[in-house]
Amino acid sequence: MSSILKIALKLLVNDRSKFIALLVGITFAVFLMIMMMSMFSGILSRSSSSVYNVGAKIWVMDPAVNNATSSIPMPDYVLSSARSINGVKYAVPIYFGNALVKLKSGAYQAVSVVGLDDATLYGRPELIEGKIEDIYAESAFIVVKDAEFKKLESPAVGTEFEINDHRGLVVGLAKVASGGLFGIPTVYTTYHRAITYIPSMRFTTSYILIEPKHESDIPFIQQQIKKLGYQALTRDQFVRKISDFYTYQTGMGMNVLMMTAISFIVGLSISGQTFYTFILENLERFGALKAIGAKGNELIKMILFQASFTALIGYGLGVGLASALMILAKLRLPSYAAQVTYTNLTFAFFMVLIMAGVSSYIGIRKVLQIQPFDIFRG
Amino acid sequence: MGNVAIKANALVKWFGEGEAKTTAVKSASFEADFGELLYIVGPSGSGKTTLLSMISGILKPNEGSVLVEGKDIWQMKSDDIADLRLHKIGFVFQDYHLFPRLTTVENVAIPLILKKMDWNEALKVGLEYLEIVGLKDKAQLQPVKLSGGEQQRVAIARAIAGKPDILIFDEPTASLDGDTGRKIVEFVKTKILNPERCVIIVTHDSRIYEYADSIMKMEDGNIIAFERNTNAIPYMSHEK
Ligand SMILES: Nc1ncnc2c1ncn2[C@@H]1O[C@H](COP(=O)(O)OP(=O)(O)O)[C@@H](O)[C@H]1O
Ligand SMILES: [Mg+2]
Repeated sequence: MSSILKIALKLLVNDRSKFIALLVGITFAVFLMIMMMSMFSGILSRSSSSVYNVGAKIWVMDPAVNNATSSIPMPDYVLSSARSINGVKYAVPIYFGNALVKLKSGAYQAVSVVGLDDATLYGRPELIEGKIEDIYAESAFIVVKDAEFKKLESPAVGTEFEINDHRGLVVGLAKVASGGLFGIPTVYTTYHRAITYIPSMRFTTSYILIEPKHESDIPFIQQQIKKLGYQALTRDQFVRKISDFYTYQTGMGMNVLMMTAISFIVGLSISGQTFYTFILENLERFGALKAIGAKGNELIKMILFQASFTALIGYGLGVGLASALMILAKLRLPSYAAQVTYTNLTFAFFMVLIMAGVSSYIGIRKVLQIQPFDIFRG
Repeated sequence: MGNVAIKANALVKWFGEGEAKTTAVKSASFEADFGELLYIVGPSGSGKTTLLSMISGILKPNEGSVLVEGKDIWQMKSDDIADLRLHKIGFVFQDYHLFPRLTTVENVAIPLILKKMDWNEALKVGLEYLEIVGLKDKAQLQPVKLSGGEQQRVAIARAIAGKPDILIFDEPTASLDGDTGRKIVEFVKTKILNPERCVIIVTHDSRIYEYADSIMKMEDGNIIAFERNTNAIPYMSHEK
């Protein structure tokens, strides 16, 4: 480090109380921003959990669908038409619905039911207990062992229960990549059993899952599906659609954005204020440096260094604090939805850079304005 | 006397406009030589600090010119003037302007650091200069822990650490008691001044006049007298 920056560092850090105040401001702002954004990311990723868990490349749906759990059933001809499109390797139906489980204790518990295509079991989860073939057994269900598992009184293979007044039998336990948002347990069964047990409308297919022969066939498939009056989305497009729905149509996104903006403004004002006070209190020092012979750009370097040094440490502390709190929260609340993503980190980093930039800008302007003569006169 | 260190030609400086306009210095011309200790004296508000600032590259005159070692400094670019201040001129400000968050020796090292000297080297040299002013044992203390006279000596060490040709003191003894002030000036005359150096001191402390080689009197923005003091106590420089 150049000696001039070392002086800058000492001027900053040796002013213990002001330095701590600066750090607290930035740390707090980063912490709030990361918390808000992570919570939102967590919610978004969970809102698309079924899309991730099923894993199909292409999803066919009614164009009005905007969120995986509220599907709009499609007539059967869509499936046969899809199967006849060039470039489609296979196309299978999948069922998403809700049912009521009556537990041994007599309590009712809502569950979400995924019905897998009887022929292929496409979209099946990874089992941690039991065999997937057992799903064909009478009344067979596979229960997902996630954060909501306890709500079904933690059943084991062989446990019986009542589901929509039918008998149900647990034949396996599964694990899935991503837990759902709505806090209800998930069970898997076959497509046919699902539509038999759960009252439905005339049409029963929630989505059609398509595996294309080649990636390059996707645009053509999408085009053909569109001609049928339906929509074929790749997994990423579907996830995006769901995220957009939650972000823009539920008010959730707006709220999070506002909270993030507020954290930014709070952080900016605290750190900007404190940094400005710091510069004001050191104005004489900068003036003396100027009088002794420091050039403008050397003073600018010093201030930029002081601001970015504080910003980086504050950023680190903020991220650390937010992560620690999230880890802690997840230990205690298994369904706590928050995840730190690179996008969040990058975004918060840029916000911190802006804070440092604004603070230094005010400081630099002030310092460049001081006349060494005023210092000289005392 | 030796060569001319500073030559001021018809310097004029005013502040404000219209009604509020005050002319702080009205056509000041003088010379200061190397090897000379020049006093500038005069009542408060007579324009001493303003004049000092113009000849040391801190305040641009409205009229006139300043030659430092023959160079017209106010024709130079501001970064070059900053360089001139850094390399040729040492300042001791009226209220010292030491950095309270730095140690004494770090304070002394500042001009060296601005000259891009490496940190450890700068501290080493800084310590040598603290030794010259007799404060080597206070090197690691913060300036607030020192007495007024000691702080003044730190400020002097900082001013001379960069080996300036010209040293400028603005009322160095104003906030010191008589004895301490006298010791400081004696120190400057006997240890700091040498044939390659010019020292200019602004003061209205008449008790220390006996050290001056020349005394320049100012009043109301004018230089009203310039006297050589042939009885001045001579310098005996021990500084390399
Ligand atoms: N920045 C300034 N703005 C307005 N007036 C000033 C300024 N600096 C100095 N003056 C005026 O110029 C005159 C000389 O000031 P100064 O050089 O500080 O005197 P001295 O150092 O002899 O006490 C005073 O009348 C003072 O009020
Ligand atoms: Mg003055």
